[in-house]
Amino acid sequence: MRAFFHRLAILLGLCLGMGTPALAVNLEAALSETPPKRLSEYGLFADLRGQVPAEGVVPYDLATPLFTDYAVKLRFVAVPDGMSVPYSERDALDFPVGTILVKTFAYPDLAGGEEGGLHLVETRLLIHRASGWLALPFVWNAEQTDAVLKRAGKTLTVMATLGDGSTQEIRYAVPNVNQCKGCHVSNGTMTPIGPKARNLNRDFDYADGTENQLAHWERIGFLGTLPAPPAALPRTADWLDEDTTSLEDRARAYLDVNCAHCHSPVGPGKTSGLFLEWEETSASHLGVLKRPVAAGRGSGGLDFDIVPGDPDNSILLFRMDSVDPGIMMPELGRGLVHTEGIELIRKWIGSLEE
Amino acid sequence: MTLGKLTIAATAVLLVLGTQSQAATIELDLVSEEASAQEIIQEALIEVSPGDTIVLPVGTYHLTDGLSLDIDGVTLRGQGPDATILSFKGQVTGGEGLLVTSDKIVLEGFAVEDVKGDAIKANGSDEITFRNIRVEWTNGPAPENGAYGLYPVSSTHVLIENCVAIGASDAGIYVGQSQHIVVRNSRAEYNVAGIEIENSFYADVYDNLATHNTGGILIFDLPGLPQQGGHSIRVFNNRSVNNDTPNFAPEGNIVGGVPMGTGIMVMANRDVELFGNEIDGNATTGLMITGYPNDYDDALYQPLPAGIHVHDNKFGNNGFAPDDEIGEVFAEIGGTPVADIVWDGRLPWFETFFGPSAGEGIYIGGNEATDGGEVTFANLDVTFWFAARWFHSVDREAPSHAGDPAVLTPVTLSQLAGE
Repeated sequence: MRAFFHRLAILLGLCLGMGTPALAVNLEAALSETPPKRLSEYGLFADLRGQVPAEGVVPYDLATPLFTDYAVKLRFVAVPDGMSVPYSERDALDFPVGTILVKTFAYPDLAGGEEGGLHLVETRLLIHRASGWLALPFVWNAEQTDAVLKRAGKTLTVMATLGDGSTQEIRYAVPNVNQCKGCHVSNGTMTPIGPKARNLNRDFDYADGTENQLAHWERIGFLGTLPAPPAALPRTADWLDEDTTSLEDRARAYLDVNCAHCHSPVGPGKTSGLFLEWEETSASHLGVLKRPVAAGRGSGGLDFDIVPGDPDNSILLFRMDSVDPGIMMPELGRGLVHTEGIELIRKWIGSLEE
Repeated sequence: MTLGKLTIAATAVLLVLGTQSQAATIELDLVSEEASAQEIIQEALIEVSPGDTIVLPVGTYHLTDGLSLDIDGVTLRGQGPDATILSFKGQVTGGEGLLVTSDKIVLEGFAVEDVKGDAIKANGSDEITFRNIRVEWTNGPAPENGAYGLYPVSSTHVLIENCVAIGASDAGIYVGQSQHIVVRNSRAEYNVAGIEIENSFYADVYDNLATHNTGGILIFDLPGLPQQGGHSIRVFNNRSVNNDTPNFAPEGNIVGGVPMGTGIMVMANRDVELFGNEIDGNATTGLMITGYPNDYDDALYQPLPAGIHVHDNKFGNNGFAPDDEIGEVFAEIGGTPVADIVWDGRLPWFETFFGPSAGEGIYIGGNEATDGGEVTFANLDVTFWFAARWFHSVDREAPSHAGDPAVLTPVTLSQLAGE
C-alpha cells in the first residue's frame, strides 16, 4: 500500500508538472508520451562517454550473463527516490513504475584510444511506465558523444574481441523493439530478465568498496528487507566458477540465463515443451530423451534434445553450435558461436549418466 | 529513415477529416537510395498504428533478416501472391521470415520465399488471417528447406484461406496448439506434410488440395506440450491425391516417420470427423488411424485415437506400394495392396477385450470406392502382432464400436461473420 501511494504521488507530481523526484535522472522525459530520442536527454550518466552513472543510478552485475557475441556489458539501474523493490526468490524483481534499467554493449577499443578503453555500440533502456515496461534501443554515434534511438533496430559492422583474445569484424544486430519483446515477454507481459535476486546475489566492486549486491541494494533502500543474509539466499551459479561450483550448476545457470527467457512455461518458446529454467526439475522438460516438436532442420538429424553421455547426438548442442538462422539457438542476439559456452554444455551432457 | 519516405495515401484524407483515429493506408515505396526494403518494411511494421493497412508494392524484394509485427489490428497487403514477393534467399538472421505476435491481423496478397527457418509464424495471436498468401521454397523439396510454411501456433481464431504452400521440410500449412481454426480453399504440394493440425481444438479443414506431398493431411497429437489432447476436428471435401514425394524431413522430426503416399493420417486425436474427401493415388494407404508410436514421459497424455468418424469419402487407388518402415510393417502384416483405411488397432488394455466405451471407437461407413470394388479396411491388430502373435489376426471388417460418434459443430470465427 505504501508503494502504491509513493507511485501515485510520483505520477501526480509528474502530471501536475510539480517536477521530478530528487534524482538526477530525467524521469519526466523518460515517462512522457514520446520518450527522448537521445540517450543524453535521460540524465542517467554523470559522464556519458565514460559510462559514469549519475547520482542515484547504481551499477550492477550478474552471476551469469547472457552471451551477446562477446560484447562487454555495463548494467545500471535507477529506482525512483523513496521507492523499494520487494525481495522475490524466483522471478525478476518487481521494480516500481519509474524504474529504468540500463545496459550498454561495448567492445574493447581497438582504434588506438586509451588503454582498456571501450568502444560503445548500443545502450538499451527498459523503462517501467504506468502502462508497462518499454524497451528502447539506442545506437552510439561514431564520435561516441551520444546514442540515438533506433526503434527499428540497426545492423552494424563492429570489431569484436572474442573469448580467446582474437579480434574479428562482425555483423552486429541491434534489436528492434519487437525483437526486444521477443525475449522479454513472459505470460504475454513485457518484463525484465536479468535482475533476478538469485542472479544478483554476488559481490560487486563499488566505488567505495566491495559489497554483496543484495546487501547493498537493501542498505541504500532499493530492496525491501531481505528474508535472510545473502549467503543464505538462493544464488544462480557463476558459469565460469570451476573452483567452487559443480559442473551441473554451472551448466544449468548458463542454460537458465541464455535460454529460459523463451524456454519456460510462460515464455515465447513454451510451445516446444523444452523448459530450461534454473528451477525446472523434470528431466524430460529439460530435454533429456525429449523429441523435438517443431525443429525442422534444427534437429540436425538427431532424435533427442539431450542424450545423456552423448553430446554429439544432442540437438541442444547442435543448435548452440550453429550460426545458420534456420538452426541456431538462441534465434536472436548472436551471430557468433560461443565456444566457451558450448564447451561447458558439452562437458555437462557428457557427464550425464546414460 | 522517417515517415517522409513512406507514401501515406491516407494523409490527405486525414487532414480533411481532421481526425487522428481514422485508419490509414500506408503505401510503402520499397525502392530507395537511403534505406533497404528490409529497413522500410520493418520500420513500417513498428511505427504502424492499430487499424492501419500497410500496402506492399509489386516487385521482388530481397530481405536479410526476419520481419516482425507486434501491433494489433494491422493489415499487411501485397499485390498478389505472384506479384509481391519477399525473398529470404539471402537471410542472415531470424528464425522465420515474418513473425506475428499481435491480435486481429490480416496478411494477404503476397509471397514469402526461401526462408531459412519457418516462412510466416504467428505466436499467441488472436484473430489471425492468412489470405491469398504463397509460401514456397523455390528449389523444390529438400531437407535444407525451412520447417513450416504457414505456422500459427498457440493462437486462437485462425483463418487460412486461398493460400499456397510449397516445399516445406515439415508441414506446408501447420496449425499447432491452437483453437478455433479454419483452413480452406488452399493448396499444399511438395511438402513432407501438406496440411497438419497438431495438438489443436476445434478445426475445420475443407475444400483444400493436398498433392505431391509425402503425406497429404495429418491430424496429430503429441506429448509433453502446453496444449495437448487435440480434439473436435472436421476434415471434409478435401482432395488428398497423388502424394508421391519421398519423405525429406530431417531425421528426428515426427513427420520423418510418415511414409510416402499417406492420404490422410490421424494420430492420437479425439473426435475427428472425416467426410466428403477424395483420397486417391496414395501409395502407402488412403487413411491411417494410429496411436502415438514412441515412448513418452507424460502422465496426462492420451496416446490413442478415440471417436474417429469416417464417412462418405471417395477412395480411389491407394496402398499399391507401401513405403518405408511403417509401410513395410503394413505390408508384412496385411499384405499388398494395403487397405484404403488402416487402423493400428491399438486400444487401452481394458478396451482390447471389452471394446471402447460408447462414442470412443472408430466409426466407418458409407464410403465409396471410385476405382471399382469396395473401400477396403484393415485393423492390423499391431499390439498382438508384436506381443503375442498366436492371438493376432487382421480384421477386415469395419469395426462396429458401441454408441455413435460425437456430433461436431462447425467452427465459427469473427473473421467469417459475414458469411
